[in-house]
Amino acid sequence: MKPIIRAENLSKQYRLGERRGAPETLGDVLSETFRSPTKALQRLRGGGPLIWALKDVNFEVMPGEVVGIIGHNGAGKSTLFKILARVTEPTGGRVQLYGRVSSLLEVGTGFHPELTGRENVFLNGSILGMRRSETMRKFDEIVAFAEIERFIDTPVKRYSSGMYMRLAFAVAAHLEPEILLVDEVLAVGDAAFQKKCLGKLGDAASEGRTVLFISHNMAAIQSMCKRVLWLNGGEIVEEAEASKVVSDYMQGGASFSRERVWNDVDSAPGNNKVRLHRACVRPVTGSATDAINIQTPLMLEVEYWNLKPAARLSISLHLYNEEGILVFATVPVRERTWQGKPFPAGLFRSVCYIPGGLLNNGVHRALLFVVKDQEKVILSLEDAVTFDVQDSVERRGDWLSSWPGAVRPDLDWETEYLGDAIASAGIDLPIRTSNSQ
Amino acid sequence: MQTAVTSDNLPSTRPRLPDEPLITIQPSKGWAAIDFREIWEYRGLLYFLTWRDLKVRYKQTALGMAWVIMQPLLTTAVFTVFLGYLVKVPSDGIPYPLFAYAGLLPWTFFMGAINSSSNSLVGNAQLITKVYFPRSIVPIAAVMARLPDFAIAFIVLLGLAVYYRAPIGLNLLMMPVCVALLTLLALGAGMTTSALNVKYRDVGVMMPLLLQILMFVSPVVYPVSLVPPAWRSLYSLNPLVGIIDGFRTSVLGGNFDWQALGISAIITFAILVGAAFSFQRMERHFADIV
Repeated sequence: MKPIIRAENLSKQYRLGERRGAPETLGDVLSETFRSPTKALQRLRGGGPLIWALKDVNFEVMPGEVVGIIGHNGAGKSTLFKILARVTEPTGGRVQLYGRVSSLLEVGTGFHPELTGRENVFLNGSILGMRRSETMRKFDEIVAFAEIERFIDTPVKRYSSGMYMRLAFAVAAHLEPEILLVDEVLAVGDAAFQKKCLGKLGDAASEGRTVLFISHNMAAIQSMCKRVLWLNGGEIVEEAEASKVVSDYMQGGASFSRERVWNDVDSAPGNNKVRLHRACVRPVTGSATDAINIQTPLMLEVEYWNLKPAARLSISLHLYNEEGILVFATVPVRERTWQGKPFPAGLFRSVCYIPGGLLNNGVHRALLFVVKDQEKVILSLEDAVTFDVQDSVERRGDWLSSWPGAVRPDLDWETEYLGDAIASAGIDLPIRTSNSQ
Repeated sequence: MQTAVTSDNLPSTRPRLPDEPLITIQPSKGWAAIDFREIWEYRGLLYFLTWRDLKVRYKQTALGMAWVIMQPLLTTAVFTVFLGYLVKVPSDGIPYPLFAYAGLLPWTFFMGAINSSSNSLVGNAQLITKVYFPRSIVPIAAVMARLPDFAIAFIVLLGLAVYYRAPIGLNLLMMPVCVALLTLLALGAGMTTSALNVKYRDVGVMMPLLLQILMFVSPVVYPVSLVPPAWRSLYSLNPLVGIIDGFRTSVLGGNFDWQALGISAIITFAILVGAAFSFQRMERHFADIV
């Protein structure tokens, strides 16, 4: 059978963010051109730092396949989608598409706050490539799917954000392209709506549509896709059946710097008071390079040389997540042996135990401080260790989207059956509270 | 291209693939004009974007569509007081208010069209970075959305012409030609400035100033006859000269300056062709830099 998507040597080069000294305005261009013509010429030829967001990517997708695309942030996943959606041009190579493409990365694109829900459905439909007759035919279905029948003639600026996103997703979900690009938009709305969305994607697949699905959520990837592409640094690392790629990808977590060692006292990070010897995060049991998931108990070890005898040292750890949010800060207040006592010169090791069932999934970074007399920071080191905490399928239930929250504690829950008196419950309760007072 | 066939009833049938790829994505090379056939394919989107611009412009304004008439009427009043009454600018024997309104009407359209199309690509960055469609549709829609305003204000002009007993006659046949030229000029200029504005936001800032200058080097509030004959040919290189003068003549009567109109037409088409090529050249980077 013939592939519906064929990408050959696909490459995309980007200039890195804000170039230093790059002209931003027409005036700068003109004045710089006069001041140093050679520099201006260099810039025209593209002198700034360039990176390959995609490099020589080759793959084929058969009609009706659902293919997952995974990789860390910046791996090139979104760039690949932007090229497939023809939003941006590749720098080299080519893609041949044997069908219409729509992408769900455009949820809500072109929605105008002043227009009503009805008007926005038509506008958004036309932006996404639906004909007016097509939109009209599906209009009732779209509105019902979004569950906003009563508000369809209200300007969307008065919608709650949930309603807005539901309507936007509903339009996109009713497109009928041969190829559908989905970029983890399933974080939209509540669990019930998510289920509907996943169902819709499943329908698309069973109707013979080809789906490319980007997600960080390995559970969703494994449940939806047969085949998975793993991108890293703009290149395809692995392309195989979902379970294999996902497990290799999770092992790949070891590539973060989970351990850092400085053997030379003179060049190690620090100063004439204290120097670091080693920082390491590892599962409490098993091998140091085992994958870490949200249930793994961890130990974070810090080894350091104390160079000033009689210093009262302690370690302080700040753990940050992917979004740069401080997850927690910890100091060894309950440590009995050395806390608050003078340290002789020499090598010390402090270990912090992080229980399983506490951290959320994602990349974590530790910011490390060495504190003297419990108040003065004498050494700090960013990214002392970085590690990826993998998700755990058993702890998800039916929730397939990313799990919100800085931490994800494994808490105990109880639910009891309190009887079948539904009507009396509302009356009983206030009387009982007033009695107890 | 768009098959509206749903496979609801035939879940097992896979879509039959065309023999040739529907779309080949590869780096584009060199210069080419805008693909007009593609714009035609996307006319539905053009219609909706125009409709959106129109709809949104007067939403939550107390006077709503009345602004369409108010704007040229108020500026006419101002110029009538200062230029017509105080400075006593000649107006080729036409009552000054009528003369000024007949010039301010096409000018207001042109200015509005340029202003909104200049900012259209930047204002629709969210669209451009997410979905594919011929980018030129955005500035084109911005220009189109000014045409209904023009049509309404034109009815007022006819009313004024009747009131002042202007000799409306066969000259009116040239009116659509002048409006078409004016629209094409606005399209050409608007596409270029919108594309430049994506990379250099200076363009958007500079625009009001440029337009102000342009207004005074065009026969909007004064007649061409005020310009010394020695300067006339240089003056006519401004395509708005032939168009605005032609428009006024078509409604208020008089003799057409065919030479000026011809020059305007040639320059308008040159600008339009230049815009079509340069826009195509710049549009491939819009999503990366907007």
